[in-house]
Amino acid sequence: MIDRTQEPFIRIRGLHKRLGWQEILRGIDLDVWRGETLCIIGPSGEGKTVTMKHVIGLMQPDAGIIRVDGIQVNGLRERELAPVRQRVSMLFQNAALFDSLTVERNVAFPLLEAGLRDKKEIKERVRDALEVVGLSKHGDKLPVNLSGGMRKRAGIARAIVTRAQCILYDEPTSSLDPVVSDVIDTVILRLQERHGITSLVVTHDMKSLFKIADRIAMLKDGLLRFLGTKEELRASEDPVVQDFINGRAEVDF
Amino acid sequence: MHTVTEVIRIPGRAFLHFISYMGQIAFLVRDLMIAFTNHVWRLNLVAQQIVSIGYGSQAVVIVTGAFTGAVFTFQTYAKFKDFGVESSVGAIVSVALCRELGPVLAGLMVGGRVGAAMAADIGTMKVTEQVDALRVMGVHPVDYLVLPRFIAMMISMPMLVAESISFGLLASYLVAVYGYGIPAPWFLSHMVDHTNQWDIVIGMIKGFVFGIIITLVACHQGLRAENGAVGVGIGTTRAVVISSLVMLIANFFLSILLNYIWPLGNNV
Ligand SMILES: Nc1ncnc2c1ncn2[C@@H]1O[C@H](COP(=O)(O)OP(=O)(O)O)[C@@H](O)[C@H]1O
Ligand SMILES: [Mg+2]
Repeated sequence: MIDRTQEPFIRIRGLHKRLGWQEILRGIDLDVWRGETLCIIGPSGEGKTVTMKHVIGLMQPDAGIIRVDGIQVNGLRERELAPVRQRVSMLFQNAALFDSLTVERNVAFPLLEAGLRDKKEIKERVRDALEVVGLSKHGDKLPVNLSGGMRKRAGIARAIVTRAQCILYDEPTSSLDPVVSDVIDTVILRLQERHGITSLVVTHDMKSLFKIADRIAMLKDGLLRFLGTKEELRASEDPVVQDFINGRAEVDF
Repeated sequence: MHTVTEVIRIPGRAFLHFISYMGQIAFLVRDLMIAFTNHVWRLNLVAQQIVSIGYGSQAVVIVTGAFTGAVFTFQTYAKFKDFGVESSVGAIVSVALCRELGPVLAGLMVGGRVGAAMAADIGTMKVTEQVDALRVMGVHPVDYLVLPRFIAMMISMPMLVAESISFGLLASYLVAVYGYGIPAPWFLSHMVDHTNQWDIVIGMIKGFVFGIIITLVACHQGLRAENGAVGVGIGTTRAVVISSLVMLIANFFLSILLNYIWPLGNNV
């Protein structure tokens, strides 16, 4: 399934980003192959979300190159990013649902904007997407009336409904209960297996990580501290990596 | 020495802020023009905005117009009576309402209501990443959020101004005829003789321009909002203050320009 013969779907080279006085990213090199699921782990506030936003052009790097499906993303103007955004969709960490629209309309939104006009098809695809995340009964609710986990699931439905070639998930299983988390992991795996979708997943959920990841990157102090497979992650002798995956902390209190 | 540099630095910084602000507005106008030429109108959003702007501003516009007309009549009557020309009250009230008071006061009031709502709505979407969500789905925020509001305001504002003027004239009539006993035919004939269609057109042109000012200023504040709810509040306040000041300044220059085109007083 993973295609290493072509150029990687996402190619990041020498990514530097400073926000305010803080140097968040200090030279990231990362490839995500077509059909691969790559997970990014690392402590909070290390720039995982920032890295992801560079891939889809929400942020522009101070230095470095980002290519998505052969298109150079950095340096493009807002309207020139449309082709990239047709190929890639994103789940935001806070879901970022449109407050003024019902769950159903939120999920239908990217389909309508992509130019789909067939009402029946839209309805079916929205229904399928909501069914996958277990929100079939809540389609007519407004986002304010949903719990955090339900909002996250609605966000996932909106991210997968267009069947983009690549999906970026920012902490898909945080704030979900274990059973629903497992459902979401299965969804990510199925999309990879059945449709060859490339995924970039930011996660803190170790169970999910070991279920879905083909490779794992760990971000620490603005650099990649680790990059490799699950087996390599388990076998890593780096104490920072081991502490992170085992949830150990050294506290001096 | 220290104070000398301060004297230069403070206005210098204000000037730079002004230049940067104008630059940002220019970019917004450019994006808006591109949005226009894309010919994607999102008429349902335009209609939604017209309802919220037009219908929602009824109370504001009617009360503003009516009480301005009433109080203006009340004050002018006393002075005009000294000269024995109290039946001419209708003429002065009509011209003042059409050319200045109607558009300016309606503009300020709608700017307070609609401008604040635009800055708050868009600002909230910005700080909760809903604007970024639009971008990710390939929708330019100016196309989706600003263009429909802009079109709706360009349609609604001239009508709201005309409505405000009408209620002002009606209130003036009521105060003059029923309050002071000026015979209705006198009042009306003076009013009609001394008002021509251009006075109304001037009011509506001003309303149109004020609509553009309100939308640009408010949407700009919304789109640049950051730092959560606090930032949205600051942006909303700024939207109202800046748009009010810009409208008052623009009104002065518009008056000069429009008076040059349609001078006051040649219509008798
Ligand atoms: N728009 C922004 N402006 C300034 N600082 C930011 C912005 N976005 C993120 N940051 C900072 O960048 C760092 C990394 O953020 P983020 O990528 O969201 O972390 P995480 O790895 O938890 O996803 C944090 O310290 C955050 O405060
Ligand atoms: Mg994050």
